[in-house]
Amino acid sequence: MSMIIAESLTKQFSRESRPAVDAVSFTVEPGELIVLLGPSGCGKTTLLKMINRLYEPTGGTLLIDGVDARSLPVTQLRRRIGYAIQQTGLFPHLRVEQNIAVVPQLLGWARPRIEARTNELLDLVGLPCDFRGRYPHQLSGGQQQRVGLARALAADPAIMLMDEPFGALDAITRSRLQDELLGIQRKLHKTILFVTHDIEEALRLADRIIVMNDGRIAQFDTPLAILTCPSNRFVEQLTGANDVLRRLSLLTVAAALGHGRRSAAAAGAVADLPPLRPQDDLRFALTQLLGAGESSLPVIDDGREVGQLTLADLRAILPQTIAAVGASQDGCNVAGAAPQT
Amino acid sequence: MFELFRTSYAYYLANQDRFWMELGRHVVLSGSALAISLIVCIPLGIWAARHPASAQYVINAVGALRLIPSLAILFLALPYLGTGFGPALIALTILALPPVLINVYAGILGVERAVVEAAQAMGMTARQQLLQIELPLALPAIIAGVRTATVEVVSSATLAAFIGGGGLGIFVTRGFALFEPRIMLVGAIPVAVLALICELILGLLERWASPHRQGRAS
Repeated sequence: MSMIIAESLTKQFSRESRPAVDAVSFTVEPGELIVLLGPSGCGKTTLLKMINRLYEPTGGTLLIDGVDARSLPVTQLRRRIGYAIQQTGLFPHLRVEQNIAVVPQLLGWARPRIEARTNELLDLVGLPCDFRGRYPHQLSGGQQQRVGLARALAADPAIMLMDEPFGALDAITRSRLQDELLGIQRKLHKTILFVTHDIEEALRLADRIIVMNDGRIAQFDTPLAILTCPSNRFVEQLTGANDVLRRLSLLTVAAALGHGRRSAAAAGAVADLPPLRPQDDLRFALTQLLGAGESSLPVIDDGREVGQLTLADLRAILPQTIAAVGASQDGCNVAGAAPQT
Repeated sequence: MFELFRTSYAYYLANQDRFWMELGRHVVLSGSALAISLIVCIPLGIWAARHPASAQYVINAVGALRLIPSLAILFLALPYLGTGFGPALIALTILALPPVLINVYAGILGVERAVVEAAQAMGMTARQQLLQIELPLALPAIIAGVRTATVEVVSSATLAAFIGGGGLGIFVTRGFALFEPRIMLVGAIPVAVLALICELILGLLERWASPHRQGRAS
């Protein structure tokens, strides 16, 4: 696990009038999944590439586990940081197993250890073992992206940088890979910086989101806080903060049950109603409610009914978030927001 | 026609020693020219791919060499370099340079940007990137360049005989001087066969160098 601290990190490309990343400061805690979100050209990829020094910062400092990133030999730094990108960057002339083995080989691992690790990784990213001998072009886009993920994880780096890794995939494959990334993250607790311009993806994956605009951080906060307390007009528009459905998607059934008056365990719950689970999100719950045409649905946990979710419960939880949006900024705990100009 | 081949073959049988000596010379001459062009072009092509802005001039200059007919190169070399094996070698090397250089350059530049960036981000040194990623990926293109150059050099080496460079061209010039087509054929047919064999071998080599492209439509 690894902590990343940036202090007025700046990148000024020589031919441009304005810095691509302008004195950005933030702290990423170990094991956090941070999404860098913003429109194209906002500097999110540039910021990401400064972490492993594909771009050398022109100003500021970057501390990784308290060590200045510039003080390390660049190849050594990069071998400790996983890297996955949209175009996969898989080496087309190397087989899947050779692609995965690149960093372990650079680190001088013994053959049997690499073997074992490759098997472990293929399993982790959900690829069958007989894929090891294939060339990248023999795989589908989703499979290539899985290999890219396995390659980035190969030497068990504490930090992972991911640049729109699922950007080129179809919606179904993308959402499946997002789930698997979350599953992997629950197991491995990497410190992940994940670039995307897709707000849904950001809300789904992030522990915290860095919203970027014009090379600066517009807001750095949890997904819910960003939706309920956007720090300015830009964040509000980018994230569609006034989108009720989007906000519902960040809340769970369990939370809504807690808020509304506890429904008495309804006698004789109708068996053919689609049940809800406490961990389902409220957007899903609303869909189920409207779809079933009922005013309430049973919530089942471990085969036991724990309550009834009603439309009133949803209505009850919404005003809080809506009120928060309308409230003055001091009502919001907006950590790491850039000063408003 | 058949009669011509028969008398040609008879001439070959009568001059076997000379034939094999000139064939050997032809091969050595062509092979040396290709080897030198590779030694020059691989580093130069890599440098050019690293500095595409300034490399444009070098590439264009070398490309312009292509426009000079091979016979002209041989005769232009004559006053400065004299006659014999050396000048013929230089002239043939000049002939081989453009296709090899341009393909090394294009091969390296053609490696996908994301792939190079990934190699960098994995923590490869510049040397590892070149040897493990860029050159292997450029290899099919480089071999294609060598293939073009080889066919050109093997056939043009026939002209070396005009400036005393030897090779199978000896039989062509002799047959020409004596108005004896049968002697010309003793030079011309083996040159064609030799070029064809080189073409085939390098074609196979090119396939071998790109296992990852097999099964692809292109």
